[in-house]
Amino acid sequence: MKKECKDCGAELTIPQDSMVGEIITCPDCGTDFEIVSKTEDTVEMKEAESVGEDWGQ
Amino acid sequence: MVRICIIYDKLRFEEKKIYNDIQQKGFEATLVDGKSLIFDTESSKSDSRFGDIILQRVISYNRGLHLTYCLEQMGLPVVNSSSVSEICGNKLITSLILKKNGVPTPKTTFAFSTESARECMKKLGYPLVVKPIIGSWGRGVYQIKDQSMAEMMLDSRQENDNSFSRIYYFQELIDRPSRDIRCIVIGDQIVASVFRYSSENEWRTNVAVGGRTEMAPLTSELKEIVLKASNAVGGGILGVDLMEDKERGYLVHEVNNTVEFRGASAVCKSDIAGAMTDYLVKMSSK
Repeated sequence: MKKECKDCGAELTIPQDSMVGEIITCPDCGTDFEIVSKTEDTVEMKEAESVGEDWGQ
Repeated sequence: MVRICIIYDKLRFEEKKIYNDIQQKGFEATLVDGKSLIFDTESSKSDSRFGDIILQRVISYNRGLHLTYCLEQMGLPVVNSSSVSEICGNKLITSLILKKNGVPTPKTTFAFSTESARECMKKLGYPLVVKPIIGSWGRGVYQIKDQSMAEMMLDSRQENDNSFSRIYYFQELIDRPSRDIRCIVIGDQIVASVFRYSSENEWRTNVAVGGRTEMAPLTSELKEIVLKASNAVGGGILGVDLMEDKERGYLVHEVNNTVEFRGASAVCKSDIAGAMTDYLVKMSSK
């Protein structure tokens, strides 16, 4: 599935096995998008949270 | 049928793997975005989204910890518990707990202002390692080689208005091979042990900064120290990181609460996600 980057207009490829919650990174501008909903032929995304200082494992 | 809820805020390889594994084993799995949750003081255990047991896999330490407090208040079992999350998410607390419980760990010094940090570094001498007390993947971890680097680090910390940036964590630089060891502990079992080698021109061994992994033999000495570290922080599903000091042997420097295992699963034969599922099923009936 293909989407357009809301920031720079580049083409984003959404892998078939991607799931809600996963992050898709724009190959051109590096913006991260989070998948918020997904059906067989539609995918909705929003800009992902930026990496926090307290992020980790 | 046991219902397992995975709470996340960013879905990584690990959460997908565990989610699929739970279903393959015939149990019910749900994925809940921690960012979407709302609790109040009246929230009750009857909320069916959370199933019989919750696996907390939130990437933000503060978000994960506070969500866990809310879930536990509702009487829900959470792996790992808030107490374990609190200890492991904060390097200062981890170091104190490891030492208190007789787990070999590098000598670490703490300071609580710019002035005391400056004095502390002069006293300790160089080189030394500075780490943020919260955070992962080697971010903000630096080798301070001399006083000019020390001043640069202090300047950069002063520009940051994060309250944790004024707490300084200085660790002795360990004379070790260019690798560390990551052991994945689930309950009382060590399911994987790998060497993490640092990449070229890099002294940190984190996979996130290009380190590569290789299977590490689980010696009886390593096993004993890793389980001791796991028990010291309260146990659960953990990643224990160790260094090999050329004179003192194994030293535990970190215990991870929402352990990443992509690197380890690529080189280990053991089924890490499967072992996590089995543990969660076992804990759901306790």
